[in-house]
Amino acid sequence: MKSTQENEPTLQPPKSRRGLWIIIGVIAVVVIIVVAGALTNWFGLGTSPIQLNGAGSSFAFPLISAWSTQYKALTGVQINYQATGSGAGINAVIAKNLDFGGTDAPLNNSQHTQNPTLLTIPESLGAVTVAYNLPTLPAHINLTGPIVANIYLGVITKWNDANITTINPGIPFPSTSIFVQYRSDSSGTTLVFTDYLSKASVQFAAQVGKGKLVAWPVGSGAPQNQGVANAVKGQAGAIGYVELAYVVQNGMSYAKIKNAAGSYILPDLNSTAAAAASAAGSLPAGNGDWSQVSITNATGSSSYPIATLTYLLVYQELNIYPSGMTQVKAKALVDFLRWAVDNVAQTAATSLTYAPLPASVVTLDVTTIRTITFNGVTLLP
Amino acid sequence: MVFPFRRGTRRALLHPTGSSWGDLLFQAGSGAAGFAILVLLALIAIVLAINALPSFRAFGFGFLGSTVWDPVRDQFGASPFIYGTLLTSAIALVLGVPVSLGIAIFVAELSPGSIRIPLTYVVELLAAVPSVVYGLWGLFVLVPLITTYVSPTLQGTLGFLPIFQGQIYDRNLLTAGVILAIMIIPTVSAVSRDALLAVPQHQREAALSLGATRWESIRIAVLSYARSGIFGAVMLGFGRAFGETMAVTMVIGNRNAISVSWFAPAQTLSSIIANSAREGVAGSLELGAIVELGLVLMLVALLINVFARLMVWRFLGKQEGGLE
Repeated sequence: MKSTQENEPTLQPPKSRRGLWIIIGVIAVVVIIVVAGALTNWFGLGTSPIQLNGAGSSFAFPLISAWSTQYKALTGVQINYQATGSGAGINAVIAKNLDFGGTDAPLNNSQHTQNPTLLTIPESLGAVTVAYNLPTLPAHINLTGPIVANIYLGVITKWNDANITTINPGIPFPSTSIFVQYRSDSSGTTLVFTDYLSKASVQFAAQVGKGKLVAWPVGSGAPQNQGVANAVKGQAGAIGYVELAYVVQNGMSYAKIKNAAGSYILPDLNSTAAAAASAAGSLPAGNGDWSQVSITNATGSSSYPIATLTYLLVYQELNIYPSGMTQVKAKALVDFLRWAVDNVAQTAATSLTYAPLPASVVTLDVTTIRTITFNGVTLLP
Repeated sequence: MVFPFRRGTRRALLHPTGSSWGDLLFQAGSGAAGFAILVLLALIAIVLAINALPSFRAFGFGFLGSTVWDPVRDQFGASPFIYGTLLTSAIALVLGVPVSLGIAIFVAELSPGSIRIPLTYVVELLAAVPSVVYGLWGLFVLVPLITTYVSPTLQGTLGFLPIFQGQIYDRNLLTAGVILAIMIIPTVSAVSRDALLAVPQHQREAALSLGATRWESIRIAVLSYARSGIFGAVMLGFGRAFGETMAVTMVIGNRNAISVSWFAPAQTLSSIIANSAREGVAGSLELGAIVELGLVLMLVALLINVFARLMVWRFLGKQEGGLE
């Protein structure tokens, strides 16, 4: 080799095997891709199923994922749902990037006016619990809306405050400071909770108001339901608001809340469904303005007062997408919606701690789903 | 004779006038890459500025001073977050830099070879741990430790200082500062170690030959020679602490307020962006304000870098050795 290099005045590049290796590499990659493709076809994975794309509410995510698995086994239709957050879900469905959106907060007035054909379909129910960390106390103390509002305003700062002890006779409250915990990220849970507190306390409505993100005067924030649950569990004397499923999973203590009829109600699937049932009569039609809908502080003696509907958003006329929507796909979407609000899917939801929709709301949903069309032709008989 | 150069070099040597098409291509390619970073930065700044416009129109420069952040009433101000960012980064530097320098000096000057290499690997491994893992560890290990032992002790002994007074929240400014201190250690120690290793051997030998002890030789001959490199390392660490989002969001407590007490929850520029940005409605004042926070973050980072650069020039001189 040495002598070859020395006697090489023409500067021919020395022969290299690199090119050969590159060619071998490329061939190997191509072979792998082809074989993999053949194998997926072999096992029937290559046949492209109908895909429905949705995104939005992270609260509804566990439920819709479970539905997706069930529905795929049942019909072969693939449902993709991403927990991007309610606001992002609404934005994406308005931009026609999704077949359906999921949201905990209904469209606001201007969103509804600008998108009058976007239908609102309540698909599940949730309850927001007031959880606390007082190891020496029973698992469920009594609280009222005004008391919780005052705790979150920083007016009530000790657990043995007279307002709390008088409605919990016989329970020895410690003189511990109350550590207030809230959601730091934009959240439908915060919206429901502040909506209820704004109804329960005039001062709360004036000072804080309702929203997905609000200016809390006291306390500290953690992201996500699980974050707040951990924050409450991590500090003795803490109080926080979390979805029902999370307090159940985490084995936390949570309060009975006094409802509009004056009874102290424990949040569970029945009391949540009762709240929705008592509000069902006043719900608008699917293409109506839902911006003012709220089932917090519902009437009815067994209604839990901090409950919420969670919604799917679908267009009334489906042949409006710039690309990707076909008659077959539209039909699949409508069939899925019909299945989701029906008995089987709603019963399956209870095992994930989502309350089943009351019959009156299911009837309303079915009426709404029947109005969905493709090129003006209805899809559900 | 064995030609010691690789192929391209050999050809260049044999064509001293250079400028073969390959060279031109290489020059253009690397030039374009260098230019692209400027274009990218400019584009980011422009897009941020355009999106921040609604908020800038509504609040002007008052945005920087206002302490209110109320999405319900559309009132936005940045000062609690600027305060939180600067304070947590400062705590991180005060706690993290001495430890990092200790590691760097030990690795570069004192440790025997058998320890040096594993130690270097471990420190560099720490830099590769994702911040969300630091956050989780902080939340489940560090926060309870600090809440149970450190904070009450601090309040008991140094409680006369306003920063150690008040209710002790478990997630607060102090925990965020401590987690940041841990996170900047790998960066600061690795870069300062390189600066120390770049000090020529004759510096040390000269000091030792004058009768300096080990410590004196490190202080006089090594540290002072490498100080501008070490300063650069500290600034890199500051940059890391300044922009860190995930871990801080998990342990700072996320309250939009300025508190004197280090035991109170707070919020940094990046944590409020992480918390709020997800659901901002396009074109809304809220999203504008969030984007403007991003702009403020970039601006403050730029100011600090410029300030640091000036410090290096002003106090350390340009002829210093080390890494700069």
